[in-house]
Amino acid sequence: MIRLQDLTRISDYEWEIPQSFRRDMRGPVRIFSTRELLEQILGDKSLEQAVNASTLPGLVGAVVVMPDMHQGYGFPIGGVAATQFPRGVVSPGAIGYDINCGVRLLASSIELEAALPRLDSLATLLNQYCPSGVGVKGVVHVNVPELERLMRAGSRWALKNGYASENDIARTEENGCLEGADPAKVSERAKARGLEQIGSMGAGNHFVEVDVVEAVLDPATAAVFGLRQGCLAVQIHCGSRGLGHQVCTDYVQDFQSAVRRYGIELPDRELVCAPMDSPEGQAYLGAMRAAANYAFVNRQVLAHSARRAFEETFAGKLKNWQLTQVYDICHNMGKVETHEVNEKRLKVCVHRKGATRAFGPGTPGLPPEYQQTGQPVLVPGSMGTASWVLAGTETSMLRSWGSSCHGAGRTMSRAKAKHDIRGDDLRRELEGRGIKVRAGSMSGLAEEAPSAYKDVDAVVGTVVAAGIARKVARLRPLAVVKG
Amino acid sequence: MPFEELSHTADWSLRVWAADLIHLFVETARGMYSLAGVKLAEKPRVRRTFSASAPDAESLLVSFLSELIYYTEQDHLAFDDFELSIDLEDGQPGCLSAVLRGASILSLDKAIKAVTYHNLQIQQTARGYEIEIVFDV
Repeated sequence: MIRLQDLTRISDYEWEIPQSFRRDMRGPVRIFSTRELLEQILGDKSLEQAVNASTLPGLVGAVVVMPDMHQGYGFPIGGVAATQFPRGVVSPGAIGYDINCGVRLLASSIELEAALPRLDSLATLLNQYCPSGVGVKGVVHVNVPELERLMRAGSRWALKNGYASENDIARTEENGCLEGADPAKVSERAKARGLEQIGSMGAGNHFVEVDVVEAVLDPATAAVFGLRQGCLAVQIHCGSRGLGHQVCTDYVQDFQSAVRRYGIELPDRELVCAPMDSPEGQAYLGAMRAAANYAFVNRQVLAHSARRAFEETFAGKLKNWQLTQVYDICHNMGKVETHEVNEKRLKVCVHRKGATRAFGPGTPGLPPEYQQTGQPVLVPGSMGTASWVLAGTETSMLRSWGSSCHGAGRTMSRAKAKHDIRGDDLRRELEGRGIKVRAGSMSGLAEEAPSAYKDVDAVVGTVVAAGIARKVARLRPLAVVKG
Repeated sequence: MPFEELSHTADWSLRVWAADLIHLFVETARGMYSLAGVKLAEKPRVRRTFSASAPDAESLLVSFLSELIYYTEQDHLAFDDFELSIDLEDGQPGCLSAVLRGASILSLDKAIKAVTYHNLQIQQTARGYEIEIVFDV
């Protein structure tokens, strides 16, 4: 059990578990948190999991964890770890089962007052066009050869098939396509799961949400991002669906023997890994990138469906009802990036699990219009609470592997939420606050109750005070569609 | 029920116990279905077979449960009647053969994405065999 006295306070917003804390650690754990949030974090096993993550072979620098961190399995949610490329390891469990789970933000010029009378029918259409729930089919079905083309091309496949614009692709992390995707390394079973789920949300904490831009904190940056105070925006949160879950399942299984072959000892079998330059590591990287590209397409098709719902609701009634992409970010991903380590540029594989890339101004790979501002960092709140649009900073490049928080972060167990909260009561409460709710499962809704999460404003306040992101705009929910 | 839900911040966790390894596998499957709120149709009944080999009992269990998750999502099938055999190799479980009997899923409350290895260790206790297992949801 890790206690507060095991931590070294660096500042009001930064703490450290030194490498000396446990003999098998290969680097320290750096925690971005206030004292208050830290007390919540100490309530579960997330810091033990961060210490376990610091034992990954080839680890470079510190394991970094965000204020929204909480206990996961193997690797904590809200964790970031970099391993040396290509001799260090890649760990599927440190990326997660929902490969390239992420968030997309679309902005509009639709003013709240004009939208309010049509919000209910908009929520119904979004629910209809963005299928959600367990194993639900998506709106696009493909055969295996087409799926393989999709996994290689990512968002370019969506563009070719009429689901994307050039602007969407330019404003997607990695332009919606990870190089090196290898569909041959994706199992037949994973492909079977992916054939009919494109353009579906799934279940759990995934959602499509209509928001209003409630406050603009940095008008110049908000203008560059296309966010207007008092106007509607849409957030889409989902990932690679059953295909990604199966890829991770397959490789976590395969790597159980790989660690024996490579003589790797780990404190938790869910952290299994293989050297990136090994056949096993190469196979996983090829499959993981293919699944990531599938997720980019999935969110792109969902954005297309959201646009369809907006068109049916507002076209002919309002001018300028179109949705323009602000950005699409990944928060479960492993990517080879170049970072400055001890004043040298070093290639590393950055594992982000429940952490958002937050590249600062001037970082290669950002769209030209975001070169001055830093990339948009999308931080959805819990259902019924605010979400934030932040921007990446130079400090995040130096202190947190170019990463920031990914949400509010759970604080209450699912079992307790299910026990204490009734889904239909919660739905009535949210509707009473003017938030339209469309949910497939009342027990699922209860588990995602706002009271099960930390205060997103406190989480965002922490990363901003630590300097690893800065505030741009705050969003307030108007309609939520959940699986 | 020889299983109980454990507190976990983000995911679902179960403690399961049984007199022998085969029943431990079966009760873990039943516990997983219970967490997901699976309700089965009465008819028509379906039968599927499954076999796996793995270096240890924990890996066999993950393979077995992952197979059930696949059927849930892909074919909307779940099972309530299990016929399992586990063959030992060098004193370690090596192969699993299963006959699964069940039906279509009428309703389901929650999706389970995956079975994890997190702290997964089959232990012998006074109750027989016991595990704690975490599911990604």
